[in-house]
Amino acid sequence: MIVRSRLRIFRTIGHRFTSRIWRLGAATRLFWLTLISSGESFRRLHLTIREVYFTGVMSLIIIVVSAFFVGMVLALQGYNTLQRYGSSDAIGVLVALALVRELGPVITALLFAGRAGTAITAEIGLMKATEQLSAMEMMAVSPIARVIAPRFWAGVIAMPILATLFSMVGILGGYLVAVPLIGVDAGAFWSQMQANVDWRLDIVNGVIKSLVFGVACTMIALFEGYDAPPTAEGVSRATTRTVVTSSLTVLILDFVLTSFMINV
Amino acid sequence: MTQNIVEIDNLSFGYKGRMLHQGINMVFPRGKVVAIMGGSGSGKTTLLRLIGGQLKPSKGEVRVDGKVMHKQSREGVYQLRRKMGMMFQHGALFTDLSVFENVAFPMREHTELPESMIHDLVLMKLQAVGLRGAHRLMPTELSGGMARRVALARAIALDPSIIMYDEPFAGLDPISMGVVCSLIRTLNDALGATSIIVSHDVKETFLIADYVYFVANGVVAAEGTPEDLSKSTLPFVHQFVHGDKDGPVPFHYAAGDYKQDLLGVEVKKHQANKRRVA
Repeated sequence: MIVRSRLRIFRTIGHRFTSRIWRLGAATRLFWLTLISSGESFRRLHLTIREVYFTGVMSLIIIVVSAFFVGMVLALQGYNTLQRYGSSDAIGVLVALALVRELGPVITALLFAGRAGTAITAEIGLMKATEQLSAMEMMAVSPIARVIAPRFWAGVIAMPILATLFSMVGILGGYLVAVPLIGVDAGAFWSQMQANVDWRLDIVNGVIKSLVFGVACTMIALFEGYDAPPTAEGVSRATTRTVVTSSLTVLILDFVLTSFMINV
Repeated sequence: MTQNIVEIDNLSFGYKGRMLHQGINMVFPRGKVVAIMGGSGSGKTTLLRLIGGQLKPSKGEVRVDGKVMHKQSREGVYQLRRKMGMMFQHGALFTDLSVFENVAFPMREHTELPESMIHDLVLMKLQAVGLRGAHRLMPTELSGGMARRVALARAIALDPSIIMYDEPFAGLDPISMGVVCSLIRTLNDALGATSIIVSHDVKETFLIADYVYFVANGVVAAEGTPEDLSKSTLPFVHQFVHGDKDGPVPFHYAAGDYKQDLLGVEVKKHQANKRRVA
């Protein structure tokens, strides 16, 4: 009896492992098909622009509000620590580097996964459940070219723009707390930031991160929707998986990218 | 040009180790309305998907316009699908597009027609299904019957040679059912197309079909004109046509001994299993 129960455990683990591998393969295949079907997204640019509006513009409010508060909190915490060492003038650098290098891309990606990613998964999942994707197939229209690819490129385009906006608004929030509220010198705030934030190492690397996060988050959302069982429960589970998988992927990718960029 | 626009030859199909169809043969002559009937889960819709090339047969072949569907490249399948129109069970209208845009969708995707011509063609198709006045509505604003008619207008948007209907009458009120029923026949004759109807609504299907196939247990259980099948003494056909509660298609799903179930033998077994696992 014990042997049988152990076998069952092995079988369960094996099944979960193989199903994960299978899903990874299916996601890679969808990614490849999306890339080779992308011509349509650029030929008929209005399809992609429409999706940029839905994924990017519609995420603006949550991004801007979050960035503003994150910047303000950074300034408060940063000032609290820096003043102990008599370096409170460096508050501008701290806020800018934290936002441009890490918090901008990472928090934007997490918010994007929660706001736009879930919307993409639910939309594609429901299109599948209501046979809209099948209908497209039967009309000799590839759903990957018509539905998946424009959303993918919209996510890839929107994410760096949103991350840049996040950093900008965050810096503005930090400025408002550091300069008018705490009384740090405005000249020191901006000049230290200008002197210590590097275009290539900080800003470009931040944009690269957000591009990679854009590819990952959008592809996960699209795959989860495309692969969702065509039921209410299936779509709901897929939406949850989108948030969980995207968040973990972003954090893991952030570590990997940072380790390459910092080159320790 | 072959006489039959669609031919199903010795087709077998199954998945997850279960065979759904075994050696099915059917022909769909040009210009006719042919129905595939059978109980729920008998694989009727799967047959439509096999004809449309969305599924590949395990054995045998489906020929559309003389071409073997599963041997075509993706582009070849798409070329053949441009000759087909399909009306899905619940319409499958694109919910983010208006009625007008839904019908215009295949035209915009496959033709280079100017906007003014698309406008006129869409209104003509909608007029044919009696919904020209609803062209500005969104799919969520339509009743089930109206959605089905819009789906029909979309299915005939490119004047296809084959029109497939998946349960066109399911869940409709008697008036909508009558409207859809007569539209299928009228449009088929007006377009000179071939219609393939998958349905389990005997009365409506018999009213418009030229030929009917009954599918049961993975094979063609009976075939013939509606008149022949109405008089058929075959037990399965008789049960299906007359709606008998019991017959070759049993009322009860396969189950173990009733007495043992009621006496709780199964429950005790489950409890013993649970204790062992714990």
